[in-house]
Amino acid sequence: MSQVFIALQTNEETRPIIEAIEADNPKAVVTRDPAMVRISAPGQLVIRKDTIEQNLGRDFDLQEIHINLITLSGHVDEDDETLTLHWDR
Amino acid sequence: MDMKAPEKKLGIKEKYRLLTRDLAWQPTYRSEKEIYPYLDYEGIKIHDWDKWEDPFRLTMDAYWKYQGEKERKFYAIIDAHAQNNGHLNITDGRYLSALKIFLQAISPGEYAAHKGFARVGREFAGAGTQVACQMQALDEMRHAQTQIHALSNYNKYYSGFHAFAETRDRIWYTSVARSFFDDSMASGPFEFLIAIGFSFEYVLTNLLFVPFMSGAAYNGDMATVTFGFSAQSDEARHMTLGLECIKFMLEQDPDNLPIVQKWIDKWFWRGFRVLGLVSTMMDYMLPKRVMSWREAWEIYGVENGGALFKDLAFYGIRPPKGWEDAGKAIDHMSHQFMLGFYQWRFGTAFHSWIPSDQDMDWLSQKYPTTFDKYYRPRWDYIKRAEAEGKPFKNFGLAKLCQCCQLPCVFTEPDDASVLCHRQTTHKGEIYHFCSDGCQEIFEDEPEKYVQAWLPMPQLFQDPVNGDLAAWMDWAHLTDGLDNGEYQGSSDQRNFDRWRGLATSNT
Amino acid sequence: MTVAARAPYDFKPRDLMENFHGKQIVYAAWDGHLLFAASFLICVPPETSFRELVEGPLAQLLSIDPDAAAIDWAAVQWLKGNQPFSPDFDQSLVANGIGHKEQIRFRTPGLNSITAAA
Repeated sequence: MSQVFIALQTNEETRPIIEAIEADNPKAVVTRDPAMVRISAPGQLVIRKDTIEQNLGRDFDLQEIHINLITLSGHVDEDDETLTLHWDR
Repeated sequence: MDMKAPEKKLGIKEKYRLLTRDLAWQPTYRSEKEIYPYLDYEGIKIHDWDKWEDPFRLTMDAYWKYQGEKERKFYAIIDAHAQNNGHLNITDGRYLSALKIFLQAISPGEYAAHKGFARVGREFAGAGTQVACQMQALDEMRHAQTQIHALSNYNKYYSGFHAFAETRDRIWYTSVARSFFDDSMASGPFEFLIAIGFSFEYVLTNLLFVPFMSGAAYNGDMATVTFGFSAQSDEARHMTLGLECIKFMLEQDPDNLPIVQKWIDKWFWRGFRVLGLVSTMMDYMLPKRVMSWREAWEIYGVENGGALFKDLAFYGIRPPKGWEDAGKAIDHMSHQFMLGFYQWRFGTAFHSWIPSDQDMDWLSQKYPTTFDKYYRPRWDYIKRAEAEGKPFKNFGLAKLCQCCQLPCVFTEPDDASVLCHRQTTHKGEIYHFCSDGCQEIFEDEPEKYVQAWLPMPQLFQDPVNGDLAAWMDWAHLTDGLDNGEYQGSSDQRNFDRWRGLATSNT
Repeated sequence: MTVAARAPYDFKPRDLMENFHGKQIVYAAWDGHLLFAASFLICVPPETSFRELVEGPLAQLLSIDPDAAAIDWAAVQWLKGNQPFSPDFDQSLVANGIGHKEQIRFRTPGLNSITAAA
């Protein structure tokens, strides 16, 4: 199964996002390099608005993720509630 | 005034439809063919432009909002960098060479990408595609500007940053990136998308902006990390679009497959050759290293590229032709290139140096099968010659590849002791190449590459006519200041002195 | 194959011999001597004799290699355009069939002090 990944800048805005991704994706592996955090998972990675909002304590628009996004791999599916990276068809 | 009850917020999909498709209209008094004259000649067939969709569904209103936010973050850090002597926080002045190459070779490429996307945004027929190209044109312009702005803070103190426009046009190693972009811009709109959306964004920027920028952070360079990651936040979107474009072309018509495959072969190899510069920056020019070029290639080339091609196999796409040769070159390219940069240091607008024993130990650990066998003996000799007062300087100009324009420093894929010599004759003229990949690209479109402006042969034509001093003036390169060895350079003297002043009062 | 274009696409090469004011380009490489990162570009008049090319600009460029002084030019093996070649040292480049942008290579078996391991 091919890996998908997403990399985010290391900062206060991404901490709750990264924690949400870890909570929602038990197979995710988090790698911390200087100034960046890379999260990879086999086949699929789901980012949920709800979980981020719980961590953050405020409303969160998933498109805010663009501000701190560094790179990603996989097909992207985005709606109002989730952003999914996957290699499925 | 009546208070209006807030309307229900639009869902992302509906908003995307309203702000892309709904902005388009059917022409009435001109034909589609007249309005979009460039859609046919490359042979790509599109039946339904509405099938094209941005997976992020980003619309212009959200785009401006988030880009504005990125800019505010960027300038907060750039201001802090300028106000707090950020240029003295880098690990070592040698690191500046990587930034100089970046400004001279890569930043002009961002501007070229801006021009290209502004053009194809007009040439494509679909509203979704037009909006995406418009955003990307703005992104690329922003990247060029933020890079130039961030690095101008180094230009106040160090050499080599002063004339990036002239170095882009006139110095040899920058012509590699320039020819990559010129080639893409001289292509039709669909090929341009593969060249930039796939090769530059998917293959190149991950390797350039991600591990290299993390390396910049590791070396204390706040300014570069900031422009790098700020740019890369756009690149993630560009990569997704690049992948989407490939899928779109392949889904529209089975006849598109061989054309797309040919472009993937071509642009993978062209992108890989531009990475020669990046490999050297990563392995040799970062005083503190996060990962080797080889390790970065494992993650972003082998793993990520491998996943992509496995996925595209669904459409009948196979990995690019040069994929295997690329894999064989990984353990050699940075060393071959740095040895070149060092011996031709009279002609570079950055400094180079002989790696220290510590650096060489790191290299032999990261390249256990190649460094000690092939490259350490050369550096050892160069070091001995230097110690004996006979610094190793090669004043011979190099043979350049007619396609990628790099000096032909690469060896045979299966024999690292023999330089790769490839040549062909076209209409009575001989042309040389660094590799089979570059030769095949030439032979597919010879008319395009016979016009290549190759900086080395050019030096023997007007206006320079072989006069090296005249060439330096023409290229805005000041001998003894911008070029040569790092050891003993004004950059070294200044960096060491100012850093001393920054940490003490005398 | 040819360029996909909407109009005739035919441009002049940028490195035609006529641009070099009576000179031509010769590329030269010493096989197995990779201290030199790439082939040398040498720009000389086509009337130059092969000997003048070798003993003049080529020898000067090679001199920084520790093996350079030990080259026995009489025993050197030559290639031109990657094919075996026997130059006449006293004839011009033209007479030797070395045209504009020709690549010559030479081999010196047994002489390799830096990259012998490789």
